[in-house]
Amino acid sequence: MTKLLPIELTVNGSARSLDVAPHHTLLDVLRDELGLTGTKECCLVGECGACTVRLNGRIVDSCLVLAVEADGGEVATIEGLAPPGHLSRLQQSFLDEGAVQCGYCTPGQVLAADDLLRRNPRPTVAEIQEGLAGNLCRCACYEQITQAVLATSRAASDDL
Amino acid sequence: MTSERVGASPPRVGGHQRVTGHQRYVADIRLPNELHAKLVKLPVARARIIGIDTSAAQGIPGVKLVMTAADLPQPVPRFGPQFEDRPVLAVDETKYDGDAVALVAADTKDAAEEAAGLVKVSYEELPAVFTIALALDPAAPLVQDPQLRPGDPLGDTNVLREHRVGWGDVDAAPADLVIENRYTFPIVTHFAIEPHAFMAAPDGDGIAVWSSIQHPYWLQRVLAQVLALPLAKVRVFAPDPGGAFGGKQHAKYEPLVAFAALKAGRPVRLTLSLEETFQAARRTAAEIRVRTGLSSAGRLTFQDIEANYLIGAYADIADRVTGKGSYPGCGPYRLPAARIVARSVLSHTPPATAMRGFGNPEVNWAVESNLTEAALALGIDPLELRLRNLAGKGEAFIPFDTPADGEWEQTVRRAAELVGWETTKPPGHGRGIAIGIKSGPTTGLSYSMVRLLADGSAIVYAGTSDMGQGARTILAQIAGDELGAPLDEVTVVMGDTAVVPYDQQTSASRSSVLMGNAVLQACREIQAKLRDMAAKLHGVSQEAIVVERGVVRLADQELRIREILRSGLGRLGGELIGIGESRKEDDPGHPLGGSAAFFEFNCTAIEAEVDRETGDIRILRHVTVSDVGKALNPLQVRMQDEGAAIMGLGHTLMEHYIFDDSGRIRNLGAIDYRIPTSLDLPVELRSEMVENSDGPGPYGAKGMSEGALLCVAPAVAAAVRDATGVAIRDLPLTPERVWRALQEAAT
Repeated sequence: MTKLLPIELTVNGSARSLDVAPHHTLLDVLRDELGLTGTKECCLVGECGACTVRLNGRIVDSCLVLAVEADGGEVATIEGLAPPGHLSRLQQSFLDEGAVQCGYCTPGQVLAADDLLRRNPRPTVAEIQEGLAGNLCRCACYEQITQAVLATSRAASDDL
Repeated sequence: MTSERVGASPPRVGGHQRVTGHQRYVADIRLPNELHAKLVKLPVARARIIGIDTSAAQGIPGVKLVMTAADLPQPVPRFGPQFEDRPVLAVDETKYDGDAVALVAADTKDAAEEAAGLVKVSYEELPAVFTIALALDPAAPLVQDPQLRPGDPLGDTNVLREHRVGWGDVDAAPADLVIENRYTFPIVTHFAIEPHAFMAAPDGDGIAVWSSIQHPYWLQRVLAQVLALPLAKVRVFAPDPGGAFGGKQHAKYEPLVAFAALKAGRPVRLTLSLEETFQAARRTAAEIRVRTGLSSAGRLTFQDIEANYLIGAYADIADRVTGKGSYPGCGPYRLPAARIVARSVLSHTPPATAMRGFGNPEVNWAVESNLTEAALALGIDPLELRLRNLAGKGEAFIPFDTPADGEWEQTVRRAAELVGWETTKPPGHGRGIAIGIKSGPTTGLSYSMVRLLADGSAIVYAGTSDMGQGARTILAQIAGDELGAPLDEVTVVMGDTAVVPYDQQTSASRSSVLMGNAVLQACREIQAKLRDMAAKLHGVSQEAIVVERGVVRLADQELRIREILRSGLGRLGGELIGIGESRKEDDPGHPLGGSAAFFEFNCTAIEAEVDRETGDIRILRHVTVSDVGKALNPLQVRMQDEGAAIMGLGHTLMEHYIFDDSGRIRNLGAIDYRIPTSLDLPVELRSEMVENSDGPGPYGAKGMSEGALLCVAPAVAAAVRDATGVAIRDLPLTPERVWRALQEAAT
């Protein structure tokens, strides 16, 4: 049997102590150990963005991060983006602008867009397309996703 | 509430779960005590299996089951939607890259994976065919055992079936100009972001199977047959797929997983890797030769089409793709003579199946490109040539099929206008235009049940799969509108064959029309009961009452449906139940077994420029206009059209399988097989719809979802040709291919 290693994670604000296999990824642990299945599995080579989560303040493809590498880290997944029953402004914009079709890539898209807006609150269309190029959507609602990010950005600046 | 009614664009039903990560796809559902399965595959396409040694695999702790063909009922059951040719596991021989020879099931994914690597298969690689030319060589090895189709004159060839359709006399047709060319369309794959996932669990004296499938009832039938169980003992759960695009229509590994679960006596889960989805489903490739005859005035006199479709080692639904996809191949034009010969060519490649467009984009690529060549040769504007031949509404452009069912000229003219066809082009820019048409469903059967509950909320039961096209929203809008319930008080139940009445399938852009009509009919039955109820309550005759779109009208007043319900249901409460049934009957004398329920009609116009140094095509403007009859939800129509357009850019510009000499796919997975990202979009993408409420669906809707993909490639290639003077007849139009073509033309 593989020797398990203890790690500590803060996941969506809750402290979690886990024993993980050294070859298991953060994605494995989130989905299989913690039941956070909002983070999706697709390409497993860091190309599709479906498994995007926030780790220590920056987004990562959780399929490329070993769980032990995340030890001591703070992880935010799609489930933690807004309190239960509520939507963040970005999530609401995704719905309003029609940026969701099958929805399988949506959690990754939302987290990548959320990160983009944190780093660049007033992105241009080109900056959005560049910033989300690592998140594939085969339904191809890229135009609508871009509009959702723009709408969120506008709404945030209206608040100032 | 107005913003929720039919014709408006309320937010997607199910959208909330999708943006919060709470939507449960098959891979997100956990069953207690489940086993994890892994497939064992060989590193070659075709091989004779000499022996399988499972002992090392069995020795891995946690391994509960190693299953080979020998562990299945003998002879090993075969299944398939058209031909029962696919064994549950490879028997004696593998036939394509990825053909599974064994399944390992263990307590953990790790153990299953480790054990799968330890299953020792001794095999001998056999000669194999991976291309149309090699498969049609008389000396080629046979892909399919001729015993699977006894008495078939084609049984000793790799042609599974030949489809011939036509009218008039092509050989005698006069022509001032004949243009003949050969076009190729590569193998591409669906690449749904959700890889196929399956689970099976013993369920009393039957079985329960979960699958990311488009056609749960068809799967139920297949499982009942291979397991020798009554339909009522096979329960299929079909959670909303995370994208499907045709690749999840038919059974793949569900029979195998079901046998494994029954043998293990425990739930078994199998989730394919993205790489394995490439090996499980892909589009038919094609080589198409077209001869187009025209008069000097630009009137079409004949089309002569020979289309060879490369299908895989097992038929899946691919032969239907060949037949139905090539059938409207001559396009929506007035045509005195046509001859279409289409062949399904078996090969040692992964099984081809349905994919958005269903065989039409392949032949459309060839025929529309040839029309552009003809226009240029005649000195006639390519738009004008198309308009000169376009069928008018009601014209039987295919003599034995549904006549033209739309004001198609409106669509074409609108696309031309939006791309600026008549305006001066900037230097270096090229423009292209093309028309796509596809037959809708030729048969269909959808049932729906609607329950109007005591408080006026409603439950709609519909066996459609919502794979992203938004069927839940459309069906909820119809029921909400007809029964006067706000959308958040309508629940749409799908994806459980034990609860939801039968639906034939979710394909061919049928659900808004066929299931939509079934839901509408169920609502109308409830409205009739409401009328009866209102008549009794108010002591008037039924004739004096009208119930429509949420309200009950009496001579002197208008009441909301829920007001009638409250008084009418009485002290016991209860509910009103309506059943709807929507059929499109077959026609055994028809070449396709039935006429088109409707046509999907699209016109795509492109403005592009080409970087002569790199061969890179830059799409400056992509216009896509579809005749949708009536947009039940305009935002969803736009999303489907734009999504289809961008998917079309994938096979036009970048996507294709590359095989090595052993028939292995060299560009397996997301690194080496590229699909469009947010950086591959046209600079400007414009989608519009034409609405004349002239479709057979609710409120005059037609099916849509595939139209905008059909003719992307010929429109882009025409723009490239316009910009560079160079015609390219092979897809995809990669920078390398374009650059080479430009170099060749320059020498």
